[in-house]
Amino acid sequence: MAFEEQLDLSSPVHEIRTESLKHFEENGFPSKKDEAWKYTSLAKLIKSDYSIFPKEETTIELKDVKKYFLFEIDTYKIVFIDGVYSPFLSDTTHDGIDVCLLSAALSKDKYKKTITTYFNTIAKKDDNLTALNTSFTKEGAYIFIPKSVVAEKPIQILHFATGKQGPILLQPRNLIVVEENAQVQIVERHQSLVPHQIMSNSVTEIFAAKKAVIDYYKVQNDLDEASLIDNTYVAQKTKSNVSVHTFSFGGKLTRNNLNFYQKGEYIDSIMKGVTIIGDQQHVDHFTLVDHAQPNCESHQDYKGIYSDKSVGVFNGKIYVNRIAQKTNAFQKNNNILLDDTATINTKPQLEIFADDVKCSHGCTIGQLDEDALFYLRSRGIPKKEAKGLLTYAFANNVLESVKIPTLKARINKLIANKLGVNIGHDL
Amino acid sequence: MLLINDLHATVEGKEILKGINLEVKAGEVHAIMGPNGSGKSTLSSVIAGNEDYEVEKGTISLSGESLEEIDAEERAHKGIFLSFQYPVEIPGVTVTNFIKTAINASRKAQGLEDMPAKDMLKNIREKAALLEIDSKFLSRSLNEGFSGGEKKRNEIFQMAMLEPKLAILDETDSGLDIDALKIVANGVNKLKSKENAVVVITHYQRLLDYIVPDFVHVLHDGKIVKSGTKELAHELEAKGYDWIKQLVN
Repeated sequence: MAFEEQLDLSSPVHEIRTESLKHFEENGFPSKKDEAWKYTSLAKLIKSDYSIFPKEETTIELKDVKKYFLFEIDTYKIVFIDGVYSPFLSDTTHDGIDVCLLSAALSKDKYKKTITTYFNTIAKKDDNLTALNTSFTKEGAYIFIPKSVVAEKPIQILHFATGKQGPILLQPRNLIVVEENAQVQIVERHQSLVPHQIMSNSVTEIFAAKKAVIDYYKVQNDLDEASLIDNTYVAQKTKSNVSVHTFSFGGKLTRNNLNFYQKGEYIDSIMKGVTIIGDQQHVDHFTLVDHAQPNCESHQDYKGIYSDKSVGVFNGKIYVNRIAQKTNAFQKNNNILLDDTATINTKPQLEIFADDVKCSHGCTIGQLDEDALFYLRSRGIPKKEAKGLLTYAFANNVLESVKIPTLKARINKLIANKLGVNIGHDL
Repeated sequence: MLLINDLHATVEGKEILKGINLEVKAGEVHAIMGPNGSGKSTLSSVIAGNEDYEVEKGTISLSGESLEEIDAEERAHKGIFLSFQYPVEIPGVTVTNFIKTAINASRKAQGLEDMPAKDMLKNIREKAALLEIDSKFLSRSLNEGFSGGEKKRNEIFQMAMLEPKLAILDETDSGLDIDALKIVANGVNKLKSKENAVVVITHYQRLLDYIVPDFVHVLHDGKIVKSGTKELAHELEAKGYDWIKQLVN
């Protein structure tokens, strides 16, 4: 294979790559015939002739991309431009924790043990897109937080795309390992800088050891030409707490495959999302929580606001194993369609094999409350603004659990801007 | 200020108001009393511009200007304020953000810039103090989980902030204990002036001990069947609404 020339054949993951490629070659891209892809078609996206490894490095000025960073606070940063690491824009560390590149971790002996213990162990081997990513595993973020260490500042992972050399298929691969009692906050963003066709097929594996706390935030507000398939796999051990917030505000097509595997007791898994799209955009949240052990909880709260021929999909699968007694699993998916042209397909999928569990799910699709609208208008707030304010309030409720205040304010403002509401901050 | 002439209104095809005539002048307090289902809340909703109600006949004008075809928000900009019987809960919008948005919307309609944040804060503090509202309350979501008394105090707080020409208080006394009632009434009295007017809609005479009306009207089956001064409210309290029914028949 031609691309192998650009990969390190002696790498500990070489065999895994070869197997994954074989799987992908045999199975190809998922199609609408696959139950899991019933409402999301990749047909148009995969027609393009993508280049996989950029021929040359592209540099960008900090001032041009500063707004995509949480620049107001001190953070670690791992930044890529068209899949290539940008040392100039990054701020990595090996001081107490490892915040660096997967390519470095794959090539250096001192990381070998971590790589062989964790790499590609929870990513689904029979998932075609994950297999595609695995077969091209080359670069991404590597984060290792050792036992009892609390990362003192958040980590930002930024993938910029310029697409200067025509359509690009980016395949970032992130590995995040958080040991016992350790804590970390991570913000991830994929951002195109020019309106070229970009497709990202990203895979992230997250390991939370006993009592670990991980807060992961995905900011998806890309240009109309860019698409993202995000495959995130989370494995949790006893008493760990992992939250993933996904903010989907833009991009041509976004598919979030978010999988939680509970491998211990007294685990809390939190999945939250706000989706606000229009203009023929498409966002699909496909979640799985595997309750394999007793006494665990999962909380899902996804809110969507759709307008102007946009399409939303929510498919939430909760699996409760026969031995997973005392499971508490909650799932909510509330949607507002702002006009007749938008579509939402929402489907809870509960498979419960234990008898002593509390599981609830609720999906709603609605319009705005007329009484609330009149209340606002009677105070002098024009109809359009009143609608915006109510929609804003609906979406904003999800932000309460965001633990990085700067990020919360930023998202708050993004929501307000998306909905044309002139607030976002309290006095 | 407010002039209502032969007003007929329907909701879902059913006629509720059957010929209302009412004039409220600047500086006056009017009370509208009546049994349940007489059309009190419909009248307030129609004046405020609720689109659920259809005006079939008659006119409403404010300071000589017809309100026909005028949206609720524009009526607010012209100085009409309705204190709701059941204020709506809006999770995710704080009281402060709400009132700030409302005030700046009205200012914008009048061609004014947003109120400077400093002035806004000062104004909010003063008006909150008037209604004995705690500052923590202001950062809570609008009406969400508020007690009955808190909701009504919040309505009058909004009235204080928006400084309307005509305030309609729809059953503001319902769900209030005596202390909350006094606070609310005190707030309304302090906001009263020669330039504005208040219409108090109530089932009971109780609130009228604190907000003393110049005129009292009795509404029955969509019409004002009797008007008088504050003594009428006492008479009504003593004799009950059956007395009115007998009078009409």
